[in-house]
Amino acid sequence: MRWSSIWLRNFLVWRKLFVASVLTNLADPLIMLLGLGYGLGALLPSIAGMSYLQFFAAGTLCSATMMTASFESMFSGFSRMHGQKTWDAILYAPIVIDDIVAGEVVWAASKAWLSGATILAVVAVFGLAASPIVILALPFAFLVGLAFASVGLIMTVLAKNWDFFSFYMTLVMTPMTMISGVFFPAEQLPRPVLAVAQALPLYHGVELVRPLVVGRLPGQIGVHVTVLVAYAAVGYAIAIYFARRRFSA
Amino acid sequence: MIVLRARALRKRYGELEVVSGLDLDVQAGECFGLLGPNGAGKTTTLRLCLGLTDPDGGDIELLGEPVPSRAREARARVGVVPQFDNLDPDFTVAENLQVFARYFSLGSIDTKLPQLLEFAGLAGREDARITALSGGMKRRLTLARALINDPRLLVLDEPTTGLDPQARHLIWERLRRLTQEGKTLVLTTHFMEEAERLCHRVAIMDHGRLIAIGSPRDLIAQHTEPHVVEVHGNGVDAWLSRARGVAPRVERVGDTVFAYASEVAPVLATLEGRRELSYLHRPASLEDVFLKLTGRDLRD
Repeated sequence: MRWSSIWLRNFLVWRKLFVASVLTNLADPLIMLLGLGYGLGALLPSIAGMSYLQFFAAGTLCSATMMTASFESMFSGFSRMHGQKTWDAILYAPIVIDDIVAGEVVWAASKAWLSGATILAVVAVFGLAASPIVILALPFAFLVGLAFASVGLIMTVLAKNWDFFSFYMTLVMTPMTMISGVFFPAEQLPRPVLAVAQALPLYHGVELVRPLVVGRLPGQIGVHVTVLVAYAAVGYAIAIYFARRRFSA
Repeated sequence: MIVLRARALRKRYGELEVVSGLDLDVQAGECFGLLGPNGAGKTTTLRLCLGLTDPDGGDIELLGEPVPSRAREARARVGVVPQFDNLDPDFTVAENLQVFARYFSLGSIDTKLPQLLEFAGLAGREDARITALSGGMKRRLTLARALINDPRLLVLDEPTTGLDPQARHLIWERLRRLTQEGKTLVLTTHFMEEAERLCHRVAIMDHGRLIAIGSPRDLIAQHTEPHVVEVHGNGVDAWLSRARGVAPRVERVGDTVFAYASEVAPVLATLEGRRELSYLHRPASLEDVFLKLTGRDLRD
């Protein structure tokens, strides 16, 4: 549990900047959700047996969770690691780089989970959720957070400068968001593109959360959870490998 | 008792061997100085000894623990002051200490805090933001942070680089206080004056090896003549050849001639009546030893 002191450090800083942090993390997805959901939703018939607003809310919950996990693990993580040299200072204590990577991943996932949970609260308040079963989206949101935090941290420990992240954002995250069923059903994509989406974590997050919003249990829970857990676990292992190389070589 | 022992230590970065077969023993209770020009391998040596960098060869024992395999356990009883301040800018002075204590799995530091703040000369400043502190205050807070776990060994990498004389003297006073309390100190420095004032023993390092080790006084006695006369001005060339006759070692650096001698009277006699020359007679220092052993070429 040595990683928990790193988690706590980040939490204490977050608490200080609570208002700004919550605003930036939530305002964006909520504006998108309400703007696109209501605006575009008025033009669209129901999708897969639900209103477009419901459909898009489930997608936004996952994409916002992904965004928060990625931003926190990459930009904030890089600032702590490279800019402020906070990691260097922590390593003087009886802490090893593996503990820091673990603390950062769990922290970014926690913050991401909060984004997802807040969107879920909005979904509930607006009466978009069909049944209390929607609460099951909470653990899945944490899993989505873990998967993207781990992958984000790989980028962080490999990064030489800030520009490095824009490759990942532009070439991976943006197209992934387009094909993972956030804005429209992924099933209408050409088969090879759908296969790519299914190999990536966001699609599985959406597949888990969307049925819950309309009051159904998701199908193939095992598959979706396994993919997310695999991204989290393998990503974590890779992040540790490169973090050790960066710090103790 | 040996607090830190290194044997045949090696570290290579690409083509360059930064530490090449270094042996080191630091005794409990001493202040040990590691001196060397830029790029001599001082910081890398410290990082290796702390288990922060993996060596390519050799053995390290820190407070009885093998490093790097049990470096984590050893570091629980070590304090580190890095070359560049890495205080947490998101926290206040007191929060920096409290957050750092948690990395050592220490609980509340409320009882220790007043004492640490007093030591750092930051009493009454516990709620100050890091950005509001001067360079000297940041250094002292970094020093207080390194004492959070009441370490037996304190490792300091250039503790006074970039500080003004007032701030430097205050750090020296604090470091002497720590030595008097029985703590072991290992520090690197570029300032020979600092090493002479603080260190019981110093090691001079160059190209990844120790080239001399001993007390500052012994090193001066062993490696250089006790008197130095520095001369410059028009006609210094003419004087240089006369100086060679009376001083065993004479060096010219730019427009200044350094004459090193055991007997200073004959050297000063050659300067009498030469009003065109300015000169300074001083006792030999660790800096003279350092320059003799590592050369006067720039290292950058």
